[in-house]
Amino acid sequence: MAERAHPTPGMYWLIAAVLAVITAAEIAVPQISAFDGAPRVLLLIGLGALKFGAVVAFFMHLRFDKPLYRNLFLVGLFGAIPIFTVVLLTFTAF
Amino acid sequence: MAGAPLAEHAPAAGHDEGHHDVRPVRKTAMWVFLGSECVFFGAMISTFLLYRSNTNGGIGSEIFDIPFTSASSFVLLMSSLTMVLAHGAYYGGDLRQARVWLAATALLGTTFLAGQIFEFSEFIHQGLTLTSSPFGSAFYMLTGFHGAHVAVGVLLLGSMFLLSLGGRLYDDRGLNVELVGLYWHFVDIVWIVIFTVVYLLQQP
Amino acid sequence: MALMADTQRTLSPGPRGVWGWLTTVDHKRIGLLYAVTAALFFFIGGVEALLVRMQLFQPNGEVLSSDAYNQLFTMHGLTMVFLVIMPIAAAFTNYFLPILVGARDVAFPRLNAFSYWLFLFSGLLVYSSFLVGGAPDGAWVGYAPLSTQLEEVVRMDFWTVGLQLLGVASIASSANFIATVFTMRAPGMTMLRMPVFVWMALVVAFLLIFSLPAVGIGLFQLFIDRNFGGLFYAAEAGADPLLWQHLFWVFGHPEVYVLILPAMGIVSEVLPVFSRKPLFGYPFIVFSGAAIGFIGFGVWSHHMFTSGMGPIAEAGFGVATMIIAVPTGVKIFNWIGTTWGGRIRFSTPMLFSLGFIAMFVIGGLSGVTHSVIPADTQQHDTYYVVAHFHYVLFGGAVFGYVAGVYYWFPKWTGRLLDESLGKLHFWLALIGFNLTFGPMHILGLNGQPRRTYRYGENLGWDFWNQIATIGAFIILVSFLVFAWNIISSHFLRRGRPAGRDPWDGRTLEWTIESPPPVHNFDEVPQVHALDEFWHRKYAEDDEGRAVRMPDVTGGAVTVETDSGGDGDAHGDIHMPSPSYYPALASAGLVTMGAGFVYLPWGWLAVGVGAVISMWAFFGWSLEPITREH
Repeated sequence: MAERAHPTPGMYWLIAAVLAVITAAEIAVPQISAFDGAPRVLLLIGLGALKFGAVVAFFMHLRFDKPLYRNLFLVGLFGAIPIFTVVLLTFTAF
Repeated sequence: MAGAPLAEHAPAAGHDEGHHDVRPVRKTAMWVFLGSECVFFGAMISTFLLYRSNTNGGIGSEIFDIPFTSASSFVLLMSSLTMVLAHGAYYGGDLRQARVWLAATALLGTTFLAGQIFEFSEFIHQGLTLTSSPFGSAFYMLTGFHGAHVAVGVLLLGSMFLLSLGGRLYDDRGLNVELVGLYWHFVDIVWIVIFTVVYLLQQP
Repeated sequence: MALMADTQRTLSPGPRGVWGWLTTVDHKRIGLLYAVTAALFFFIGGVEALLVRMQLFQPNGEVLSSDAYNQLFTMHGLTMVFLVIMPIAAAFTNYFLPILVGARDVAFPRLNAFSYWLFLFSGLLVYSSFLVGGAPDGAWVGYAPLSTQLEEVVRMDFWTVGLQLLGVASIASSANFIATVFTMRAPGMTMLRMPVFVWMALVVAFLLIFSLPAVGIGLFQLFIDRNFGGLFYAAEAGADPLLWQHLFWVFGHPEVYVLILPAMGIVSEVLPVFSRKPLFGYPFIVFSGAAIGFIGFGVWSHHMFTSGMGPIAEAGFGVATMIIAVPTGVKIFNWIGTTWGGRIRFSTPMLFSLGFIAMFVIGGLSGVTHSVIPADTQQHDTYYVVAHFHYVLFGGAVFGYVAGVYYWFPKWTGRLLDESLGKLHFWLALIGFNLTFGPMHILGLNGQPRRTYRYGENLGWDFWNQIATIGAFIILVSFLVFAWNIISSHFLRRGRPAGRDPWDGRTLEWTIESPPPVHNFDEVPQVHALDEFWHRKYAEDDEGRAVRMPDVTGGAVTVETDSGGDGDAHGDIHMPSPSYYPALASAGLVTMGAGFVYLPWGWLAVGVGAVISMWAFFGWSLEPITREH
């Protein structure tokens, strides 16, 4: 499969603006006492994941490039997450 | 931007009598390497999570200066923008503009590193060291190894910049810049995770 | 003719002599370097094992001091895993993976050379410890906090630094192989037409690339604890040393499959050739190999059943361990199915492959007994475990690789190994192996602990220990026969000339000369089927029997092209030029490693090494891949 056309610089600036807004939200969330506890943790993880996904998909072109690259990267990422989750769980949960 | 991307030259099935298209070959290897790095940083992040409250009776996560770290995180985040603009300029054939963005990226990376050095010296001054607690060991190892990755990235960007002055590096529509860019963005997304997991989530 | 002469010059194998080998980027020469180096380390690791066995020959042995004993069993394990089995697998992969997918070299020839030199220099670094105050002595698994607290400060640092560098070499070569498989296959070579050996090499590359970073972090943490006062494994400061076991086995269990899967791949190549039948259930073998790799990441804690993880974790990992036996069993049955009804030739490669299956089944079954947690609790750290993993790693992996040597030696050298000596080697090895490791099951169940230096007289362990030691010496004799076979066939030129296709092979390597030309293929082959070469040689008659096609003789026809061509293609082949930067870069890295062992004044060596490797990497990146002639 051929590489699809790359995004334009305008697109990059837009993504950067979105990233900036999310970062501002991340800093704001812990200040708002209504979110204390589990909501805060979930919100922060979700916002971080959004930033992560935006950089990977657009700046690293994973959305536009060969699926092979995406798969190679996701194997590492989604391999590491469950393994280390289990490692941590064996220390505490069981 | 100077015009449309150069015409795609049809990549043959891997190799064509010795002249194979190196683009997918190198990018495949780079992505494999980045997948591997996920495990590398995953192991350190889990170590930190395991030891996040093992402060040995000393200083813990209350030491973090969230506003300061937010600023330096933002600097690194924006360096991803300049990096991708550099690559876009190379891809489009605008070597002069690409050089400017490369320099900007290296500069932002250096700023981040300077911030990290300041943060470390501040923490050490307050008594949090590599040897004060498992928390300290895990914190310095994780952020230190990330910093080392940034430093390597700055070194690579610097070399790219110097090479581009001699007009080198334009081969294959800036493939080398693209590869360095992938590495640089990866270092950035690792920091996105560290910023969330180590700093934001550990606030009281 | 003038054009042909031109081609000859373009494709010269590069400089001769030591400099030629130091600067080579040819995947075949690098493969041979791996093989020879692994053979030398195999000899050293074998001598270490024999010394251990001599110490245990009778109760209260006096052969070794306890200190020497600790060093020897540590170095035996480290050597056999990292300096013998992994490199011999790398040797086969380097040499044959590009040929089997129809490529002229790996994706990154210089990176390939870098991996080899880094492996060699790191191995030498670890072994240099014997000359400067003693080798690592905390077992190859280096459990913390023992490994952070050993008195002789330097010894375990040789191990942390050496393993780290070996890991870098493996990651580089794995990325190289993955890129080769995904981007360099010949036209028509789809993923499901790749020989099983290539598939297994691919799975191994993935296992290494995703598991090595975990132990890499663990090794950094150990190093920081040992040298900079870190507290990662310091229980007195509230840390949990169990973390080391997790990080080690998250790598260590996939590593087990790293050692065995290439051997399984070799056996899957050998069995069809010597049974004169296609591999039974090719997709099942491929996918169960991939499944083993995948599940192999989820069973690491079965090495830690006695560490007190709690019943839920233990049950989970016990079940996962039982599940991983299923794809392994699928492979065994497919291999048996391959031989079933075949016209079997009992040549040496076939004998070792059959030996592999039998021994691996025994080792696999004793492995399944470990998944039963109450039983494992009894067996943990006894000789039963030693017996188990030697059945899978010696009777399994080593037999598989030896089969590979007998099978592919003619392709390497152009000469066959002697069949009588080969059969003698096989039977001696099989008998010696079972005498050595069979009794260890009994010893282990009787309670003889692993890694003990001495045992008392009244424990009833004398007889089986003596048998085991005798068996070990029979193994020594069998491999001396093997060494003589290689020397006599290749170096004394007594081996029968092999020609291109001595075994009536099925895969692409048998279509080219023995040894292959530097560019492998004059013209890139067009692939139409699994077992491509077989289908070029044989057609099926009405009853489905293979009939040799009349116009094809023993592999003389290599590619199907209109051979009226004037050889234009030859002139266009550009092979990468030799380079000394890979060797220089790895020498720089190992100099840095040696410096880290001897901190703080080793910082000097760290600096020197850093400068050397930076210089080499810059030179490397600016050097054109193919220089103009």
